[in-house]
Amino acid sequence: MPEQEAAEQHGVPEREIGDFLHRRREQIAQRWADETFFRSVFTVSREEAVDAGRALVDALAQVAASGRVTDPEAAGFSQVREQLARMCAARSRAGLTPSEVSRDVAALRPPVVDLLVAELRDAPEQRLRERSNLLTVLMGTLRVIVMEAALSENQALIDRQRMQLMEMATPVIKLWDGIVAVPLIGTLDSARSQVVMETLLESVVEQQAHFAILDITGVPTVDSLVAQHLMKTVAAARLMGAECVVSGIRPAIAQTIVHLGLDLGSVVTRASLADALAYALRKLGADIVPPSSHGAGER
Amino acid sequence: MTGGFPQHAAGHVPVLRLGDVLLVTLQGDLHDSAAEQLQQDIGEAIAAHRSRGVVIDVSGVEIVDSFLGRVLAEIAAKAELLAAQTVVAGMRPAVAITMVELGLTLPGLRTALTAEEAVRGFGGTDPVLRTARTRLGSP
Repeated sequence: MPEQEAAEQHGVPEREIGDFLHRRREQIAQRWADETFFRSVFTVSREEAVDAGRALVDALAQVAASGRVTDPEAAGFSQVREQLARMCAARSRAGLTPSEVSRDVAALRPPVVDLLVAELRDAPEQRLRERSNLLTVLMGTLRVIVMEAALSENQALIDRQRMQLMEMATPVIKLWDGIVAVPLIGTLDSARSQVVMETLLESVVEQQAHFAILDITGVPTVDSLVAQHLMKTVAAARLMGAECVVSGIRPAIAQTIVHLGLDLGSVVTRASLADALAYALRKLGADIVPPSSHGAGER
Repeated sequence: MTGGFPQHAAGHVPVLRLGDVLLVTLQGDLHDSAAEQLQQDIGEAIAAHRSRGVVIDVSGVEIVDSFLGRVLAEIAAKAELLAAQTVVAGMRPAVAITMVELGLTLPGLRTALTAEEAVRGFGGTDPVLRTARTRLGSP
């Protein structure tokens, strides 16, 4: 019989914690508003901090009532997740490490536990210990969620910056009717090489370009992978009916390529972007004349 | 303009005759039997019309596999034996990248940006030179 009773009682401590949080919502929110985690984010008005605290207490109460105190995916948390992410973002912008944020969140626990202890002062010790353990577990879950939010915020920032870098890194320039160029600057990895290849080929179609110039003046080193990507780009451009010229190979890079034993024999190379442009223009049938006799040329 | 061709199964690719150039437009999937038939048709058409060139327009092809690459190479080799030049025209970037990844760079095969340019190329010496001259010449 006692076992059955225990089974019936299951979930009651959780519900009790939920009730407690609900009842003391105002007090907890007021206390939390003075903690670093809230105070440092809502610097302008204390009322805002209290509001945020109330929302958080509500969420915790809901999770406790549903009996899923250890589950970070509990329904109650979904409402505050965004708010926590915003707060974490503000904290990491201020230069705090995730562990410091975690400590701030840990500091939210004592005020609540103090309230609970005060309320259950006359209750049996067994019951008090059980309830306060439960509350600690719940606050631990909250900490996990905050950490998750902080990390995903950082990840989002990195992703955003990577996108920006990609966009900046691959401008396709139209040099002449039928001639496009990509001046590559900085280290090439395979993801970037792929983007370069795609944007260059897209612009060949868009501009109906007969010539595509890959200028690698700004590329510090070339390894076999990058060289292979260059060859692939050249081959793909040829398949589409355009000719690809590689320009700006510096002496050191030329040496590396020879040392690696790579055969760039099928690729048209020129010393500088200017030479490559001159080559392409000549192939297109334009005459390039020295400046001394200017005006005699076609353009 | 078209050489009369007998009834064929679905997926058949027609070979059009434009002067002394043959134009083949590939669209979507090319099945084994259709590819076989196409190679035969092109060979017969070159022999019958003494064509100087074959333009294969692949601008309608969005997905490529090694099979298509091999078919293109085989058509080119066959045409070469019959003294006709093969030009592949209008390959999409994604298709070109896939071909290169598959190692099918089709060496020795001529390419052009568009079918129009490829066809025009057979009127003169070099397609690129000709079109570029007209473009640069106009104000």
